[in-house]
Amino acid sequence: MSIKNEYMLDIKSLRAGIAEREILKGINLTINPGEVHAVMGPNGSGKSTLAQVLAGNPAYEVLGGSATYNGEELLVLEPEVRAQKGIFLAFQYPVEIPGVTNAYFLRSAYNEIRKARGEEEIDPLDFLDLIEERMKLVEMDSSMLNRSVNAGFSGGEKKRNEILQMAVLQPKLAILDETDSGLDIDALRIVAGGVNALRRPDNATIVVTHYQRLLNYIVPDFVHVLANGRIVRSGGKELALELEERGYDWLLDAA
Amino acid sequence: MTDAVLTQAPDSPEVERVGAPIPHATRDARAAEYVGQFGEFARGQEPMWLGAQRRAAIESFATLGFPTTSNEDWHFTSVAALLERTYVPVATASEALSARDIARFQFEGDWQTLVFLNGHFVGQLSQIESGLKVYAGPMSDALSDEARARIVERHFGGLADTRTHAFTALNSAFSGDGAFIHVAADTVAPRNVHLLFVSDDAAEGALVSPRNAIVLEHHAEATVMESYVALGNANYLTNAVTEVYVGDGARLRHYKIQRESINAYHVGSWYANQGRACTYEAFSFAIGADMSRTNIATLLDGEGSHVSLDGLYLVNGDQTVDHQTSVIHAKESCTSHELYKGVLDGDSHAVFNGKVYVHPEAQKTDGKQSNNNLLLSEGARVDTKPQLEIYADDVKCTHGATIGPVDSTALFYLKSRGIGPSIAIRLLTYAFAAEVLEELTIPAVRDELERLAFERFAVGA
Ligand SMILES: Nc1ncnc2c1ncn2[C@@H]1O[C@H](COP(=O)(O)OP(=O)(O)O)[C@@H](O)[C@H]1O
Ligand SMILES: [Mg+2]
Repeated sequence: MSIKNEYMLDIKSLRAGIAEREILKGINLTINPGEVHAVMGPNGSGKSTLAQVLAGNPAYEVLGGSATYNGEELLVLEPEVRAQKGIFLAFQYPVEIPGVTNAYFLRSAYNEIRKARGEEEIDPLDFLDLIEERMKLVEMDSSMLNRSVNAGFSGGEKKRNEILQMAVLQPKLAILDETDSGLDIDALRIVAGGVNALRRPDNATIVVTHYQRLLNYIVPDFVHVLANGRIVRSGGKELALELEERGYDWLLDAA
Repeated sequence: MTDAVLTQAPDSPEVERVGAPIPHATRDARAAEYVGQFGEFARGQEPMWLGAQRRAAIESFATLGFPTTSNEDWHFTSVAALLERTYVPVATASEALSARDIARFQFEGDWQTLVFLNGHFVGQLSQIESGLKVYAGPMSDALSDEARARIVERHFGGLADTRTHAFTALNSAFSGDGAFIHVAADTVAPRNVHLLFVSDDAAEGALVSPRNAIVLEHHAEATVMESYVALGNANYLTNAVTEVYVGDGARLRHYKIQRESINAYHVGSWYANQGRACTYEAFSFAIGADMSRTNIATLLDGEGSHVSLDGLYLVNGDQTVDHQTSVIHAKESCTSHELYKGVLDGDSHAVFNGKVYVHPEAQKTDGKQSNNNLLLSEGARVDTKPQLEIYADDVKCTHGATIGPVDSTALFYLKSRGIGPSIAIRLLTYAFAAEVLEELTIPAVRDELERLAFERFAVGA
């Protein structure tokens, strides 16, 4: 029932902060289905803040502006409702939850999203089949299922686990926050392969990254540079290469 | 080296709780009524020494009276509510109990069950183990055999502190039936023993005083579960005492599940004495009763022994749950590990007091204690107090306590995956509790407690 010419995500003059400090100082960004957007920028520029605000982390405060998702005001929704509507954030720092197994966690999430859409809960055995198939995508061992969520996982395992969750939950809008950091080249290839396999014309992806390395594998349609809480430059994929060569300083001076 | 850490969440409640004050006159009058009814308290045939113990105990109780909140051990828990009436021992057992009534309290696997209803042994639902090397049966039966009665006599009253603990004195005066378990040297009890203390509607107003003793000779092994359960919502007072002897090289697993009636009061005290190179695993699981108090004390009286004291309490509404543990390291190279976890909802109140005392000669002591509490509501309150007294210099003792709400980062992570707040909180609560349940080494017990815990959160959520 979408209105014509409507963006999937439309962020207007978004300002947000944490602990009494303004971090995002007016973000404008529009995303259409099928697109891949890279958000780059130096450490501390506000990339994770943007990702967390879009996912609904209550620790961050929205100070102004708006964001609509398929025409609906996004920032007033509870985080679980955003997820049920198809938004997924792969965390820069995935959270450890000792005592809850990965399998139970994944099945709960999968079923809650189905229930919110008016669908039946999945049969546990069918779910096992589904999950084993998705695990192949990220080349994860099934022993991972009986371990506590992210507890004692290596950095690479945590990042793969994020992509596994994404593969199981099949979001419409995926936000990957530095999913490449801490990965060796093999792991990077696996994670990127997983993301690419999940790309569909009606899905969109925001890839937050500090380096252009990942963008060799996940090729973006647009590249945005975030600095001091603002998007200071947008361009095509060649912008990433330019950043790789010249660094961020020349843009910071302009900001 | 002493390494003491006390961590508390920034907004942890540190208000001291001195419950509703009880007028002295009321308290003393109530105590006098118990002393008064001792005269009418009818016991069948029993050994002279037992009668003598009862008389000494009621005298001690008359001197002590009921504790007030100015008593250091009762500072955070008021007994005012249970002084509103005088509880009276139930003279005869009702015959209304069937195997079906108690089926849901049983465990999977090879268990021997001794059933007590409102303080009386229910023979037709119980199995007595009476072999050459292992005895596990009701105290009443154990005393009827002359040789066995002598073993009982050697242990009964040897550890229970009737001089300073009013409720223990009260139990010793009015003690009803209970279990006697004796495992000979170098013997493993063939089955786990389940002591199932049931209260039904006939327990209204009852004083139920189970009295148990567990004796493991050297290198013996046994598992004993004490369950306190209710069929109904009667208001009664369970006041139980168990004396525990763990011989050299022996190993005892000793568990308690307290799921009394929501209107009941429960006081349960364990007194243990450990020999050399032995292991005592004590676990307390508490979800029932309006007010419950569990005392667990052990004396590490031989070198190289180990005690683990673990527990989980889950309370809501107006419940109060109080755990007091005491470990005395009297000899060298012993270890004591303690983990108590609590989940509180509604206006509930939890108290934890863990005493560790290290004698000058108890060098190379290794003591570890933690008490972690999860608050699910604004109204819930915790008073936690570790108490270390260390008189040896070559020891390693740590303790820590936490009180706080569900971790907001973890909560957001779950929500960001589409899981709504009530399920997310239930999952995190369950995960919090699961850590301590993992200490349970019998899968059937662990599974049952996990089920009870999960059920409990489902109601609370
Ligand atoms: N929890 C927090 N409390 C205070 N400041 C924070 C917090 N999280 C992030 N910041 C600050 O916000 C700014 C932006 O951080 P972030 O969005 O994580 O940047 P990026 O992901 O681009 O590296 C940084 O200066 C950081 O120090
Ligand atoms: Mg970041």
